Amino acid sequence: MAHEKNHDYHILPPSPWPLLGSLAGFVLLFGAVLYFHDVTPWVMIAGFLGTFYVMYGWWSEVVAESNVGDHTPVVKIGLRYGMLLFIISEVMFFSAWFWTFFKHAMYPMSDNYPAVDGQWPPAGIETFDPWHLPLINTLILLCSGMAVTWAHHALAHENNRKDLKTGLIIAVVLGVLFTMLQAYEYTHAAFGFDGNIYGATFFMATGFHGFHVVVGTIFLFVCLMRAYAGHFTPESHVGFEAAAWYWHFVDVVWLFLFAAIYIWGG
Amino acid sequence: MADAAIHGHEHEDNRGFFTRWFMSTNHKDIGLLYLIVSALTGLIAVILTVFMRIELMYPGVQHMCMEGFYLFSTPETCTPNGHLWNVMITYHGVLMMFFVVIPALFGGFGNYFMPLQIGAPDMAFPRMNNLSFWMYVAGVALGVASMFAPGGGTWADGSQASGSGVGWVLYPPLSVVEGGMSMDLAIFAVHVSGASSILGAINMITTFLNMRAPGMTLFKVPLFAWSIFVTAWLILLALPVLAGAITMLLTDRNFGTTFFDPSGGGDPILYQHILWFFGHPEVYIVILPGFGLISHVFATFSRKPVFGYLPMVWAIIAIGGIGFVVWAHHMYTVGLSLSQQSYFMLATMVIAVPTGVKVFSWIATMWGGSVEFKAPMLFGFGFLILFTIGGVTGVVLSQAGVDRAYHDTYYVVAHFHYTMSMGAAFTIFAGVYFWFGKMTGRQYSEFWAKIHFWMFFIGVNLTFFPQHFLGRQGMPRRYIDYPEAFGYWNYISSWGALLSFASFILFFAIVFYALFRGARVTENNYWNEYADTLEWTLPSPPPEHTFEQLPKREDWDKGHAH
Repeated sequence: MAHEKNHDYHILPPSPWPLLGSLAGFVLLFGAVLYFHDVTPWVMIAGFLGTFYVMYGWWSEVVAESNVGDHTPVVKIGLRYGMLLFIISEVMFFSAWFWTFFKHAMYPMSDNYPAVDGQWPPAGIETFDPWHLPLINTLILLCSGMAVTWAHHALAHENNRKDLKTGLIIAVVLGVLFTMLQAYEYTHAAFGFDGNIYGATFFMATGFHGFHVVVGTIFLFVCLMRAYAGHFTPESHVGFEAAAWYWHFVDVVWLFLFAAIYIWGG
Repeated sequence: MADAAIHGHEHEDNRGFFTRWFMSTNHKDIGLLYLIVSALTGLIAVILTVFMRIELMYPGVQHMCMEGFYLFSTPETCTPNGHLWNVMITYHGVLMMFFVVIPALFGGFGNYFMPLQIGAPDMAFPRMNNLSFWMYVAGVALGVASMFAPGGGTWADGSQASGSGVGWVLYPPLSVVEGGMSMDLAIFAVHVSGASSILGAINMITTFLNMRAPGMTLFKVPLFAWSIFVTAWLILLALPVLAGAITMLLTDRNFGTTFFDPSGGGDPILYQHILWFFGHPEVYIVILPGFGLISHVFATFSRKPVFGYLPMVWAIIAIGGIGFVVWAHHMYTVGLSLSQQSYFMLATMVIAVPTGVKVFSWIATMWGGSVEFKAPMLFGFGFLILFTIGGVTGVVLSQAGVDRAYHDTYYVVAHFHYTMSMGAAFTIFAGVYFWFGKMTGRQYSEFWAKIHFWMFFIGVNLTFFPQHFLGRQGMPRRYIDYPEAFGYWNYISSWGALLSFASFILFFAIVFYALFRGARVTENNYWNEYADTLEWTLPSPPPEHTFEQLPKREDWDKGHAH
């Protein structure tokens, strides 16, 4: 290249990851259809493995680029915009589940339809008591969010790496605990995913939230590993910020789920 | 460092073919890829319509039979094959809505010209940009696979037919009960296309907010870049909701949930609400980039700055915003309460106000200008007339009372094809001719482009104008056959479709001829000084990397009162 770039934006060399990533995605979804129709699960599994491989390879490259200083201040602003916009799109994704839930909870199908019989919770559905396990889970998730904030504070204001790691460990452990308790709750549900609208809305909304908890926990775990590897400085820790924002987003969604589905609609 | 621009022609591109086109992180190359793939997908979608219009040419079913699909002949016995017909309308809709117009305008022109117009060296996330493109390709692959995968319906010999026949809106209960893999593949195709668009939207918004040239404040940004920015917001907020709706379809189909099945307490109308909460912003996602693009065309070929830049920007924002709160005007006949119908009627009519601001501003741009009817301007002018017709029939349909009569008739088909197949498609062709020399370094044949315009203009009007009459007479849409009373206008409509198809083939010929034999473009700005956005300061085609030295204010701010 005869010309030097004379700006702070990030110009990237060609990369195989996008092509590989969408190929893996195609295999994954095509395989999922084969799996749904009882042909074979293996294509889907191969797609999953490919997708994970691309995520690992691609994001490792991003971390490496960050470490060699490609992420100038203006690029970091862009990365923050990107994460924020992604979270906005996630909020809209969850709005579909809340819409479905509120529609059915506020305007259940009439008593022409015995499955709900004009009431919510539908006739014959035994719901969870929100003040037992769900309340404990709420506290666990909020504590986890607090631990992330503590870790962020330790990093950004005191450069205290010990507290950074401790905070992250607590956050990750509480995140895992939440997922385990949620799984425990699922196995004790008196209603199923299929056959009734209550179970469908309940498991879809809390299930997608649970999936986001898992993703957020992994995100925080990656930050923990990066903290051990010596990444992040008080001035520069966009990856950590993104994980923390994501985690708080997951927290807030849970508060709405807890208030709407467990307490008000339960 | 101004040499980046001056030496552009001598710059040796030493990237290999595979590296350049398959592993690209370059917004211009990715934009071209989007345009190419959307053109090919468009060809598939258009061929489906030709099949449909051939079938509808005469009353009775002649070609789409249970015994087989006879395109050029009519078998002695022909049992009407409704499923085959439904498959055609479904994939025409799915492909056009998700895989042709948005990728061409938003993915293609948006990628290529939005960064150039704001003086950005590339997109904010160049690698993710390519992920958007390849996920779009994966979506097309899933969509086409869905067309040929086992679906609903059977042939005369009892073998399972392929494809889904549920319409592009994928309404339950049919989309839930129809067997086979086809529907699941179609759902995933829409998922992937949605994810691709969301990533693209994140990229566009970030680029727009973070990478404008020094001094280019928000209300100095060219209108096309503005339209892409607003479109990106619509995609970001609407597509995830659609993902939720079709995920519920997927679980209803495969995991026994009852979101849309009343026997388990679900509600099929809920699907329509969520679908149209996405679906109405979707129609603005389709048309807004065209609004932006056409403003530059009008300014250039009227030799006047765009009239009313600021109202034009606010009109785009207003259309985008109001577009989110009008969705149930697609559902007047499902049993909405009177107050709901009144609200959605009022809100829908309000959209005519900002749209009117745009239409009158385009007219005012031409007013007193030195108008030159080059091919892009012809398409721009055609857009203005036809989109306005589509907009006016939209106001007619927005009235809940009138819609009782027109709902699901050919009047609706005529209305939305006037806005999309003539509105959006005319802006795509205007954009292609406007920027062809800039993107390829070769110029198209003005003569043949004008022939293309007139063939297309006459063709689409012959196709769709009579459909207003058919709709008023009560002919329902989405049927393979009709009573003889509707024969006359259907016959004319079918000839119009064949003429439009011929013009589309001519378009490909014009493009290929220009690519290989077209006159070379030597100037940076081969139109005139009213094409005053930053892409016209670059060589044609622009070098691999543009704006390595960020543009200075005098490069883009000529003191025109925008």
